[in-house]
Amino acid sequence: MPNTVPITVNVNGRSHSADVEPRTLLVHFLRETLNLTGTKVGCDTSQCGACVVKMNGVTVKSCPAIAGQAQGAEVTTNEGLAQDGNLTAVQEAFWNNHGLQCGYCTAGMIMSVTEIIERNPNPSAEEVRAGLEGNMCRCTGYNNIVKAALAAAAAGQGG
Amino acid sequence: MTTRIFGSGIRRREDPRLITGQASYTDDIKLTGMVHAAILRSPHAHARITGINTDAARNASGVLAVYTGADIEGVLNPIPCAWAIPDSDLKAVAYPAIASGVVRYVGDAVAVVVAENRYQAEDALELIEVDYEPLPAIINPEAALGDGAPQLHEDAPNNQAFHWVAAGGDTDAAFADAAVTVSETILQQKLIPNPMETRSAIASWSPAMGELTLWNTTQNPHIARFVTCLVTGIAEHKIRVIAPEVGGGFGAKIAVYPWEMITAFCSMQLGVPVKWTETRTENYMATTHGRDHVEYVEMAANADGKVTAVRSVVYAGMGAYLSTAAPGIPTILHGLMYSGPYDIANIKADVYGVFTNSTPVEAYRGAGRPEATFLLERLMDKVADAVGIDTVEVRRRNLIEPFDNNRDVAIGITYDSGNYSNALDQLLGHIGYDQFRHDQEHEREHGTFRGVGIACYCEICGLGPSQVAGAVGFGGGLWESATVRIYATGKVNVFIGTSPHGQGEETTFAQIVADEIGVDVDDVEVIHGDTDTTPMGWGTYGSRTTVVGGAAVALTMRKLRDKARVIAAHLLEADEADIEYADGQFFVRGAPDRAQSIQDVALQANVAWNLPEGIEPGMEASTYYDPPNFSYPFGAHAAIVSVDPDNGHITLDRYVAVDDCGPQINPMVVEGQVHGGVVQGAGQALWEGAVYDDNGQLLTGSMMDYAIPRAHLVPDIEVHSTVTPSPHNPLGVKGIGETGTIASTAAIYSAVMDALKPIGVTSLDMPLTPERVWRAIREAGYTGNGHGHSHGHDHDHGHGHNH
Repeated sequence: MPNTVPITVNVNGRSHSADVEPRTLLVHFLRETLNLTGTKVGCDTSQCGACVVKMNGVTVKSCPAIAGQAQGAEVTTNEGLAQDGNLTAVQEAFWNNHGLQCGYCTAGMIMSVTEIIERNPNPSAEEVRAGLEGNMCRCTGYNNIVKAALAAAAAGQGG
Repeated sequence: MTTRIFGSGIRRREDPRLITGQASYTDDIKLTGMVHAAILRSPHAHARITGINTDAARNASGVLAVYTGADIEGVLNPIPCAWAIPDSDLKAVAYPAIASGVVRYVGDAVAVVVAENRYQAEDALELIEVDYEPLPAIINPEAALGDGAPQLHEDAPNNQAFHWVAAGGDTDAAFADAAVTVSETILQQKLIPNPMETRSAIASWSPAMGELTLWNTTQNPHIARFVTCLVTGIAEHKIRVIAPEVGGGFGAKIAVYPWEMITAFCSMQLGVPVKWTETRTENYMATTHGRDHVEYVEMAANADGKVTAVRSVVYAGMGAYLSTAAPGIPTILHGLMYSGPYDIANIKADVYGVFTNSTPVEAYRGAGRPEATFLLERLMDKVADAVGIDTVEVRRRNLIEPFDNNRDVAIGITYDSGNYSNALDQLLGHIGYDQFRHDQEHEREHGTFRGVGIACYCEICGLGPSQVAGAVGFGGGLWESATVRIYATGKVNVFIGTSPHGQGEETTFAQIVADEIGVDVDDVEVIHGDTDTTPMGWGTYGSRTTVVGGAAVALTMRKLRDKARVIAAHLLEADEADIEYADGQFFVRGAPDRAQSIQDVALQANVAWNLPEGIEPGMEASTYYDPPNFSYPFGAHAAIVSVDPDNGHITLDRYVAVDDCGPQINPMVVEGQVHGGVVQGAGQALWEGAVYDDNGQLLTGSMMDYAIPRAHLVPDIEVHSTVTPSPHNPLGVKGIGETGTIASTAAIYSAVMDALKPIGVTSLDMPLTPERVWRAIREAGYTGNGHGHSHGHDHDHGHGHNH
């Protein structure tokens, strides 16, 4: 058997400990060990952003990250956004504005849009597009993702 | 009548599971005892396998088995091609699931490893030793047909897969008599579809029951079951195919691939569930590509720009083997659409399907119609230049007059309805065409190069009818099915044979149901994707799900309404002829107060305590709907671009679409389809292309090298519509899933050429990358001082561009 290392990661508010191979990717730790399959693998080369999660307050791509890098970290995945069944403003905006079609990029998109708005509560469409440079979608042409982001930002502004 | 739910842009009912991460795509599914397969793929485009040593791999940690081509011989039948175009001398070459003897493209399967986890399986792949004797490879489809080209298949001389000709009128005579002829060489570069979910399959064989369950990321589970039966020899009723959540397809999930057949084989050998999931790099090699045409096209016109003829010679690359529907794409879905929205009396399409040492092609969004639209629009622009009229005016002079019920075109098909000039008029108004032309003139004098491109299109979709499918060699029917069950509680399940994967039919079909029978849309659930629970259907592609499958749902609801009317009459102790229906209520004419609701009737039908004589219990009906014709959506799109002459960079400033898919069930969903389609077509025009080197190595082997559009590269897409119902569809609807892609490549390309016109660049290959544009600008002698030269520059279209 290959060597393993023990890691403890707080994911979506719960602490998880596991022994993993040192080479285990964070995305595989989330998907295979913790069964949090909402985070997707789209490209293996850190291009598409389907695997974006939040780690210690900033978004990271979890497919080029090693699970061990998350030792002691606080990680939030898409599954951890809605609290008590209440969608976040960004999730609600994606739903209201048809910001998804096949849904495969959606978890990463929602994580990235959430961070864009956290950093800049009143972004322009151009700023949203620039902020999504690391997230690919093949279904929507990005049109309604941008619309959803702007709507979520407006909702946060009381608009 | 209250507000109709049909036509309302309600938010999608499938979204909550998708936005919270609760949806299960194939790779998200885990079965007890499941193990993992990884496939060893050929690194050579063409080579003879002279030896394979799998000993080290078999002994590696966690490995359960290693199989090669020798192991599947006599167990797995070759992968069949389902579209044998008649009268084309089609060569149905053997397509083994695992190559034995010869590999024919980079990505061809050589062996498969099954291990306890995926990491172990991939580790073991590296321990397999394969001796290859490299053979010469050929990538360009025209060159592959030529003398001395490397030969892929013994039973396909000159690499010719098929030769198909379609013609109407007398094209030669029209060209001989023409005042003006124009020609172009068009390279429809090979494209990689890129659904965000790669392909994946889980096979679970039950030795005790002799049953196979196959979770498969497919657009057409019933076809997948049928083909799995042919390849594995398992009886069809003992196979269950489940398409769970599917993360986009765009045609790349139509084919039944060797890979899921290998996965099934592994499960059958080992008696445990086996999962296989592609990496993205593997997807680029092993999941089907699109397009790949070398086209020589010509158009003939009168001196006033009235087009009299169009003809082509097309070399359509098939890749190394014939994928499921591949031969039908450059032929039926391309050559038959050479009239587009135009009245052209003489048409000839001459298409060679050619084997090359590259990944097999298959439908890719638009599938044949983007290519047809591109060549027509390209040639229209050239005719306009040749006769000295505006690009809009040349289209106006050639558009078919409005018609609302059937119009024959010269190539021998019949369009259903169209009002093409209306779409064009609307478009010109939206973009402010005359003002743009005015401003453009001014800008050019100051060294600013903006261009506008117009693409008018008419496309063929909504595939059936089945009789035509049979006549054109499609190996199945093209009807669709629905079974609808209304329970005692008044809630409704709709079981459909099509298999949506992002297009929103769980919502739009619920809207059809709600509209037809007056239930709340939230009381309807649409079930799809599982061959054990849904009626037979042919799948989701060719913009057919709503057109054919939606019609099946509507007709089923009308059957149920008829049954409900009989029961309501009985309950109201009235004559059936006196019963009226409105908004879910059945009542005696003139007495709407004493009504039986559809829910009341459904309860009575299900408990069956008091039914009229001769009426069966239950509230369920099915429809198998075979459409009488295809549907022919149409529209007009415009792109406005800026070209920076100093660096060749193109900015897509504005994109405006006017599409007509008949009445829209959910305008928000329709708009979403157009947005995505337009941007995919923009990808072909500006950024995308599968690039191979001369040895057949795929140079664009990952998302780092293959440029799919990103958010900051595209503008908001402005979407408008006109409404011309299809006369033959029960809902009047036409398809909308592919129109964006069909029009946008042509519109954007035309806009770039328009921008470059004063510089003297007149032709370029796609994609219009900054480097390619910059070189052409330099070669045209533009000096950067704002004054272009107009001595003309025709780009050399030699073999091998983009390949």
